[in-house]
Amino acid sequence: MDDKEIKAIIEALIFVSGEPITLNRIKDVIDGADKKTIETLASELKDEFNKEHNGLQLVEVANGYQLTTRPEYAPWIKKLNKIKLASKLSKPALETLAIIAYKQPIIRPEIEKIRGVDSGGVIKTLLERKIIKIIGRMDIVGKPILYSTTPEFLQYFGLKDLSDLPTLKEFHELKEEEIPVTASAEASNNQRETA
Amino acid sequence: MENYNTGYEVKLEMFEGPLDLLLHLIKKNEVSIYDIPIALITQQYLVYIDLMKTLNLDIAGEFLVMAATLIHIKSKMLLPPSETDEDDEDGEDPMAELVRRLTEYKRFKDAAMLLEERESRWRDVFGREESFKEYGPPEAEPTLFDFSLFDLLDSLRVVIERLPEKTAIEFTSEELSVKDRMNIVMERLENTQSISFDSLFENDKTRMAVIATFLALLELVKLRLVRIQQVKEFEAIRIFKSEGAELNG
Repeated sequence: MDDKEIKAIIEALIFVSGEPITLNRIKDVIDGADKKTIETLASELKDEFNKEHNGLQLVEVANGYQLTTRPEYAPWIKKLNKIKLASKLSKPALETLAIIAYKQPIIRPEIEKIRGVDSGGVIKTLLERKIIKIIGRMDIVGKPILYSTTPEFLQYFGLKDLSDLPTLKEFHELKEEEIPVTASAEASNNQRETA
Repeated sequence: MENYNTGYEVKLEMFEGPLDLLLHLIKKNEVSIYDIPIALITQQYLVYIDLMKTLNLDIAGEFLVMAATLIHIKSKMLLPPSETDEDDEDGEDPMAELVRRLTEYKRFKDAAMLLEERESRWRDVFGREESFKEYGPPEAEPTLFDFSLFDLLDSLRVVIERLPEKTAIEFTSEELSVKDRMNIVMERLENTQSISFDSLFENDKTRMAVIATFLALLELVKLRLVRIQQVKEFEAIRIFKSEGAELNG
């Protein structure tokens, strides 16, 4: 098998699987091609799709490869009236999800400590939508449930893997020793009171 | 603030917490998280709590705990620094702790916004399977507001402040019920796509009336008969009729 043929097989496999297919799965099917070759060829294939700018694109998502439509053609796809869109996530749901995504595995009290408000309802919604899952219980008093994100989470946001998450912004502009918290707050406080 | 009893309670689930309210106030006052004018923010915070109580909103205990924390910080700041130090038994500065909590929470709020952008972009991408986008029940959690509840309360405050001076007698016997007001709002939406938040209160001359109309609005939102939208933060709010919405009875 030459590379051209392997590449064609990869394309066929990605097409037919519908959902993201992993490199390992492709390797299992194509006997006699090593993972590195497959990875290179899949990457080439992805570039070709992007260069030709057809209605389809090859994306790396949820630890695999998937053929999808290009976002600019969404209006026509929706007109086909075949697509049932789930409702968008609410702000509190996105917030809770962000905490889970960056801090997983995480227990509910930890989430609520950061959000400062009861998050039970939001967690339930995220579980129902399979964007998060229960992965076990923490070995402390009360054995609280541990939550983590799912492959559906990656797919929902078009993320390749967890390292593909946007970097959390650090509040580095001011280092702790530079924050005269009490003093400055008091100063501006007095200012306003005298004003 | 007086406590008006409209005889009507809207159980609106509050997803937003005290930290949201504080960040809202910090942003509105254009001050830094690291340099919070505590007296001003505490005062404004308490006004919101009062307003929420007036509306009979189910205020989470966390809001009251935060109110106590703010008052504690404020009172500590009035003491000379030396006394403050001795006063602190656990050695933790409550102001520093508050700033730490706010910055930590803000990081995840910002991350949530990035996720939201990705969500919007990725919703327009479809796989071969039709079921690609179907995760669980589609009506799992409808977004009631496209903005924070505190923006809505801000708008309400503006309406209340614009009310004419109290007349000697308020004809409470003529007041329309919340239910009546719900019908009026729906009637107004019959022939138009949307109405402005302010215009809802055109005929309300008393605080009591304004609050009843506001409760009617919240109830309609809860019943998913209307949607409230704000195009840009701190901008005018509009009320839209939900598709196929019909108020029965």
